[in-house]
Amino acid sequence: MRVLAAMSGGVDSSVAAALLAEQGHEVVGVTLKLWGGESDTGCCSVSDVEDARRVADLLGVEHHVFNFGDAFDERVVAPYVNDHAVGLTPNPCIECNRHIKFDKLMVRAEALGFDAVATGHHARLETTGDGFRVQRGVDTAKDQSYVLYMLGQEQMARLLLPIGHMTKAEVRERAADLGLRTAAKPDSQDVCFIANRSGGRRGFLSRRLGDSPGTVVDADGTVLSSVESVRAVTIGQRRGLNLGGTDEPRYVTDVDIAASRVTVGRREDLYTETQPVTAIQWADEPVGGPVDIQVSAHGTPAVGVVDQAGRVDWEEPQRRVAPGQAVVFYQGDLVAGGAFAA
Amino acid sequence: MAADSIAYLDNAASTPLCPEAVEAMAPLHRELYANPTGAHKMARDTRRRIDDARDVMAEALGSEPGEIVFTGGGTEGDNLAVVGRHMQVGGVTVCSAIEHHAVLEPVEHLGGRVVSVDATGVIDLDGLTAALDDDVSVVSVMLANNETGMVQPLVQVAEAVRSSAPNAVLHTDAVQAFPWLDVASLAADADLISVSAHKFGGPKGVGALVVRDGVELSPLLLGGGQERGLRSGTHNAAGITGMAAAAEVVLKSRAEQVVRLAGLRDLLVDGVQGAVPDVVETGERSGKVAGSAHLCFEGIESEALLFLLEDAGVYASAASSCSSGAQDPSHVLAAMGYDRMLAGGSLRLSLGYETTETDIDRALAVIPGAVARLRDYGTG
Repeated sequence: MRVLAAMSGGVDSSVAAALLAEQGHEVVGVTLKLWGGESDTGCCSVSDVEDARRVADLLGVEHHVFNFGDAFDERVVAPYVNDHAVGLTPNPCIECNRHIKFDKLMVRAEALGFDAVATGHHARLETTGDGFRVQRGVDTAKDQSYVLYMLGQEQMARLLLPIGHMTKAEVRERAADLGLRTAAKPDSQDVCFIANRSGGRRGFLSRRLGDSPGTVVDADGTVLSSVESVRAVTIGQRRGLNLGGTDEPRYVTDVDIAASRVTVGRREDLYTETQPVTAIQWADEPVGGPVDIQVSAHGTPAVGVVDQAGRVDWEEPQRRVAPGQAVVFYQGDLVAGGAFAA
Repeated sequence: MAADSIAYLDNAASTPLCPEAVEAMAPLHRELYANPTGAHKMARDTRRRIDDARDVMAEALGSEPGEIVFTGGGTEGDNLAVVGRHMQVGGVTVCSAIEHHAVLEPVEHLGGRVVSVDATGVIDLDGLTAALDDDVSVVSVMLANNETGMVQPLVQVAEAVRSSAPNAVLHTDAVQAFPWLDVASLAADADLISVSAHKFGGPKGVGALVVRDGVELSPLLLGGGQERGLRSGTHNAAGITGMAAAAEVVLKSRAEQVVRLAGLRDLLVDGVQGAVPDVVETGERSGKVAGSAHLCFEGIESEALLFLLEDAGVYASAASSCSSGAQDPSHVLAAMGYDRMLAGGSLRLSLGYETTETDIDRALAVIPGAVARLRDYGTG
């Protein structure tokens, strides 16, 4: 097969490309240049591109750089900012997968004559009946199936996930055996286009949206404190609310952007029997019965039933999910679908 | 893929070393390897090559030999002209919006003024005059643009500088012009002229800057005081020798090559335009240097097109590549008022002295199908 291997310059995608080359595929490596601004991870930096290129050289595969900066700004960064402006807590990695890696890159790969695209995600693809499902990676601590829930059948048919059957330790060991310069490179973390040294998420949002100072109130409306930016506050958040010491920890239970008001309450106030969701999508047919539902990248799933009308009914009450976060449905370790918390 | 099956149409990025340069450089590697400033015979023999090269470059650029400063290439020459001038006399720097980054970045870094261009990519002379005053110390306008190939009206630029910026010197980046234009005469009014050897059949990492007698300039590299103190550092003797050999080839064959390659370029551009709908030729053909073909295809992205062309053995480029190798949006097309989407579909096919009709045929056989394929797939 002729495979376009997305190579970020990290160890996972390096080994993914190496395995494919080893299996005899005709591999071409590509590094996406997505972000030209500041970043802590060095993602998209010249040194990452150089790492990817040198790994490709070692593997004897050609390497290209695609500048998807405009699409990334338009489809990932701008929606991230706009979502925050209306009080949502988006997951930009998921939108990058949805619009950049598994849409724009896949379309380009097909146009350029590739049979498949490969990435270094810790997840597997399982054949079920006449279709595909995303399956959790073998390394459950590193499993990235959550950020792949949006994959449709057509995309899965053209996708390879070569390292999903390996643990991270095995990936690093393999990289070291192959002499890859990325073998000991630290894992990337946080949002790649936000730099902690420039005020992190709050600094980024205030530069884009201006400040959004607000008050922190309790359920009765009593003003407790103030925050510099309501837009950077998320449901369930406990820190950074300037509450000082309280007897019992207090959590954000509501964020009202229009009123510039954050409401806090007790832990139990966060719990709910139903979770509204939107933009439900399924890998295959909708599942009517109970599914395991995961609401954060590495969270523990809870059982619930998805109502197509836009609701998850929990078997046991669960903490409310910040609107905008992905809610991913599993059957066993297979991804059945997902949605956004509303 | 074997080298003989490649159509290399990226000569504005770099050219193959001409055989004359290869031959001229050979003795400098193993026989005349002395430091040319040394005191012994081998040093003097090496130095003689540099002096000979200086004579050649002076003739090629229309200067006195003593006005030639050998540099490490086009970027260094441009920086020495703009930054060196500013360091020496201060004042305001001015350049056009379509300059190479080697001029644009220094001017922007120094807080200078950037003059707009018209839709064909030619400097706006009224805009230039408006940007000029007694405070301006250096004006930099290229002779031919590296993306569009459009030749700039340097004589008029020089007039504007003389009349509206009496304290300014005029620098021209003639890097792209030299293989195609009689720089000695067209840049006769410029005080500073930079060229780069690898754009005209010479080696990489060497160039020349004409610094007319009396032009005050501060060096960027301090040290042993080579090149009249304007460029310290041991001479790149082999490179300088190779550059001069290549320049001699240019002087000897330029007139003939311009006619031949303008014909091939016309064949190429007319052929593409005849076979592909919705393609725009930038600028105006009559205003371009002979080797330059620059097109914008609607509805495709350059990166994808370049990939398919490479697959089919045609090497070309789009705008300038950034240091990571990614294609960056063209500041030249933006300055010309091109829509970002259309500019994103640009393709530069640049011919060189070794380009043959076979190369053009291959490009013509490949480009229409590649464009059609990408359009079928949408915006990938």
